[in-house]
Amino acid sequence: MIEMTKKMNNRPISEIQDEIVEEFEFLGEWPDKYEHLMNIGKALPRLPEAAYSEENKVKGCQSNLWMITRTENGNIIFEGDSDALLVKGLVGLLLKVFSNHTPEEILEANLDFLGKIGLQAHLSATRNNGLEAMIKQIKFYALAYKAKMTA
Amino acid sequence: MTSPSQISAHPDTKSFDVRSIREDFPILQTKIYGKPLIYFDNAATSQKPRQVIDRLVQYYEHENANIHRGVYYLSERASEAYEGARDSLQKLLNAAGRNEIIFVRGATEGINLVASSWGRANLKAGDEVIVSHMEHHANIVPWQLICEEKGAILKVIPINDKGEMNLEAYKSLLSEKTKFVSVVYVSNSIGTINPVKEVIEAAHAYNIPVLLDGCQAAPHLEIDVQDLDCDFFVFSGHKTFGPTGIGILYGKEKYLDAMPPYQSGGDMIKQVSFWRTTFKELPYKFEAGTPHIEGAIGLATAFEYVTNIGRSNIHAYEQKLLAHATQKIAAVDGLRIIGTAKNKIPVISFVVEGAHPLDIGTLLDFEGVAVRTGNHCTQPLMDCFGVSATCRVSLAFYNTVKEIDEFVIALEKVIKKIKS
Repeated sequence: MIEMTKKMNNRPISEIQDEIVEEFEFLGEWPDKYEHLMNIGKALPRLPEAAYSEENKVKGCQSNLWMITRTENGNIIFEGDSDALLVKGLVGLLLKVFSNHTPEEILEANLDFLGKIGLQAHLSATRNNGLEAMIKQIKFYALAYKAKMTA
Repeated sequence: MTSPSQISAHPDTKSFDVRSIREDFPILQTKIYGKPLIYFDNAATSQKPRQVIDRLVQYYEHENANIHRGVYYLSERASEAYEGARDSLQKLLNAAGRNEIIFVRGATEGINLVASSWGRANLKAGDEVIVSHMEHHANIVPWQLICEEKGAILKVIPINDKGEMNLEAYKSLLSEKTKFVSVVYVSNSIGTINPVKEVIEAAHAYNIPVLLDGCQAAPHLEIDVQDLDCDFFVFSGHKTFGPTGIGILYGKEKYLDAMPPYQSGGDMIKQVSFWRTTFKELPYKFEAGTPHIEGAIGLATAFEYVTNIGRSNIHAYEQKLLAHATQKIAAVDGLRIIGTAKNKIPVISFVVEGAHPLDIGTLLDFEGVAVRTGNHCTQPLMDCFGVSATCRVSLAFYNTVKEIDEFVIALEKVIKKIKS
């Protein structure tokens, strides 16, 4: 997964998002989209054991969700995991879009692709909050790293 | 106007015919992703029979007007219907008087009303309020807030690993410091029916008033507030086959009479001037503003509908459903049922090893099955069992054995998909 994101290093976020939208459009019905999301989740590797701490938990989700970050050559690398496959799938999507980019690119990125996939319409408020919480966390990290880097 | 005697669930009320009953509930014909709806989330909200739907339509088509205000025909009809609903519910709950039936938005508002109005007037620093470990947040947070405000202490009745209240521990919590006991009659998360008569008896030995959260009791059990001897009883209409946004707070007149108003405004006042305002007597003292008129009428209709089917018929049928469901669900590989009390309504919470409730619930949706996943607004209870979320199946008298069997097939299918 990390190798994949490294290869996509030079591609702008908007291009990655368009690709994802196309992927989901091709799938059609929501049960198939969900299965695809589940498969993305199943492919997500486990984090190092130490990462599964209270500190790394993202609050606001029906399941447990952990996220860790680090920087590499000015880009932020995100990794995440959850005990629910649906959320893992969402993590996988968000990592595809946001991981291995500069703080500026992350902060500037819009999130239209979520609506285009039909995610916001289909996920209930509870699950949606997990998604929103993750995005907030990613943007927050980007802001923090940006501040650190320009300090 | 349809009177109570005109409501009939279905022609044959001597025996319980679930097929005939299901025909009363239009929504049960819905297809979900092309599959027949299997609605197993009745603890969250119930479906509505044609009789309730029609009564609401009739109200809107022929009776709608504001109540207690107009001198014209429609207003009188609406007022009669609203007050008629109160009288009907008084009889069906066996309350001693109509002044003891207050229409509220739901159980949450009812509990907030008591915690706020009774609590503010009666609690002092050092006093104790008792709740149980299996309460819905609606019967925890209002008490936490009033206790904080007054410097009172919240005490919690422990439960055992089956999800049953520890009565002995409860009795040892009672003392002269205890001023109020507020407990759930039937647990929404795990289905436990609590020994509330014993709880009330023990509290009354100290003259302590008791509130029962009857949200899950009202749809499944006969409610006789005088027989229970509870001092307050709350439930929500939407869980009892009635409209959303309406509920009942029952309170013994001696308590309600002594309590100050909760919300103020129109209709609960006798006289208003800028230097002095006086309040109406019960029940109007606690019914400020225009109420959910059709909600009250719909709720009474729903209660009459259930009474016509027969509470003991419903109970017997539901216990059969519970036994069948428990046996079949428990047999699923890797599944653990949370809450195995001896006395239950047909509610089964469970977890499956290696499959998160969120995933199970989402995939079950694609099979047409509606179950609830999460903590069911009972986080402390979930903590007791060491889980953060469960899947919950909650049945009503319109569910069937066939639905349970289909559910288990679907459940095994989705678990396989998740684990593969």
